[in-house]
Amino acid sequence: MDYKQYEEIASRVRVDIVKAVHKAGSGHPGGSLSAADIVTALYFKEMNIDPQNPRMEGRDKFILSKGHAGPVQYAALAERGYFPVEDFMTLRKLGSKFQGHPNRDKVPGIEMSTGSLGQGFGVAVGMAMAGKLDKSEGRVYVLLGDGELQEGLIWEAAMAAGHYGLDNLCAIVDWNGLQIDGNNDDVMTVKPIDEKFAAFGFNVLVIDGHNFEEIFAAFDAARACKGKPTVIIAKTHKGRGVSFMEDNAGWHGKAPSEEEARQAVAELGGEW
Amino acid sequence: MAEKMATRQAYGKALVEIGAENPNLVVMDADLSKSTMTAEFSKAYPERFFNMGIAEQNLYAAACGLALSGKVVCASTFAMFAAGRAFEIIRNSIGYTHANVKVCATHAGITVGEDGASHQTFEDIALMRTIPGMTVVNPSDGASAKALLAQVIDMDGPAYVRLGRAAVPTFYDEEMAAQIQLGKGNCLREGKDVAIIATGIMVNEAMIAAEELAAKGIDARVIDIHTIKPLDEEIIVKAASETGAIVTAEEHSVIGGLGSAVAEVVVKKCPVKMAMVGQQDTFGESGKPDELKAKYGMTAADIVAAVCGVLGK
Repeated sequence: MDYKQYEEIASRVRVDIVKAVHKAGSGHPGGSLSAADIVTALYFKEMNIDPQNPRMEGRDKFILSKGHAGPVQYAALAERGYFPVEDFMTLRKLGSKFQGHPNRDKVPGIEMSTGSLGQGFGVAVGMAMAGKLDKSEGRVYVLLGDGELQEGLIWEAAMAAGHYGLDNLCAIVDWNGLQIDGNNDDVMTVKPIDEKFAAFGFNVLVIDGHNFEEIFAAFDAARACKGKPTVIIAKTHKGRGVSFMEDNAGWHGKAPSEEEARQAVAELGGEW
Repeated sequence: MAEKMATRQAYGKALVEIGAENPNLVVMDADLSKSTMTAEFSKAYPERFFNMGIAEQNLYAAACGLALSGKVVCASTFAMFAAGRAFEIIRNSIGYTHANVKVCATHAGITVGEDGASHQTFEDIALMRTIPGMTVVNPSDGASAKALLAQVIDMDGPAYVRLGRAAVPTFYDEEMAAQIQLGKGNCLREGKDVAIIATGIMVNEAMIAAEELAAKGIDARVIDIHTIKPLDEEIIVKAASETGAIVTAEEHSVIGGLGSAVAEVVVKKCPVKMAMVGQQDTFGESGKPDELKAKYGMTAADIVAAVCGVLGK
């Protein structure tokens, strides 16, 4: 399979993220960039969705539980044709549909309003339970941050997903190793992530979250797994694609200046 | 003496009845189904009942997910863990998305009794009514609980339904219960000297107080505010203008509950003297419900005293 087209889309998504966060003057570029490949893979190949009919019956659903990475979801939706990229450039401005954290009533394609960590996972579990009840074909995907795993609700939700055998649920952990105050390991150890989820009854897959071959293979494996939910632990780099942001916790929640944004866009092969 | 029934009991029975007509109804609990009475629904419709274990945050997050997928969800636990522990999930996931989740919380207030202060919730009405778009309902007896639950399930959007543990007298007869309207206060007794505006189990105390006041020559109006949000401002303003004095009564903190909600209306539209009967900014303790109501000032006698105070008699 040719993965180049997905890499190109992911680069455009990254360019959109950098521009929008720069224009907004605030936001979370680091964790948006780390998740760009995973989110691109979901919206451009894995999920059964229709940008012309965002609430299509039986569709697959994606919830961004790490809601502060809203820019990556907005950018991917824009590139997928849910709305023009220019619209998203109003990010975080008064009156904009593009709130600092996603709102399902304002932006087509957003399934859940998130921002308060941990909650998106519990809501995804409820949607997967509803899917089972309705015998729906639709699957539920939910992206978690690694720092977010420190929330107690994550493990309540994981317990329920395992208990109810929600094989229509696929969680992805954006394992970039960093959170606002620094390394996960320094702030509050979340390791071993794989063993924790396995203990809660998950099918656990560990991949390189920037390698489309591995991402797609993991989604295939998740779909094939019956009787238990899947978690894909995707090793990523915060700020991926922008040299001065990569693996730097300082870029968790900071907007680039114009000079920095121009450099970032150039590195990503985009046009200013 | 009227028949006695806890509002949670009425809730459990009503769920089974509504579940028969409404296949879209899903019920959830957090390991308290035998106490919240959702166990009856779980036996009748096991495929539409989900026990989420002792995990109240996920109870309400998952309830939201089911509701956003088209279900109407009644999710129950004790009031302390619903309104208290899960507040922020109810606010951000359910309230912010207007999800069709009915937070049906039992064991509210001092009448939890022997379990003591950790379980006696006096803050839930205050917390829930600050959430934009949240309907807040506090039925006064079994018959009104059943009538209100049906209306809450029929309406679209989130609601908080406050239910009690202890058996309380049923004073709504069938005809009265059929006339109950969500969002409309119910004048149970006319009176011109003072209005006792009560909610939940304190409505019964207010009716007893009105009898005692009549013996003293004070003509008290009694209003059941079963829906604290949206509040029936009209009935409150009318009571204020026609009686000139209001005493509120609730099994809840006097900070932020019915008393505060009524005061917010009265101060803007028709200022009159007010007193508030309720938990006076303190924690409770173990004891029998009636002993606790007496010790913490939530009886008919306390309402009578408050009325006399307001009227300067």
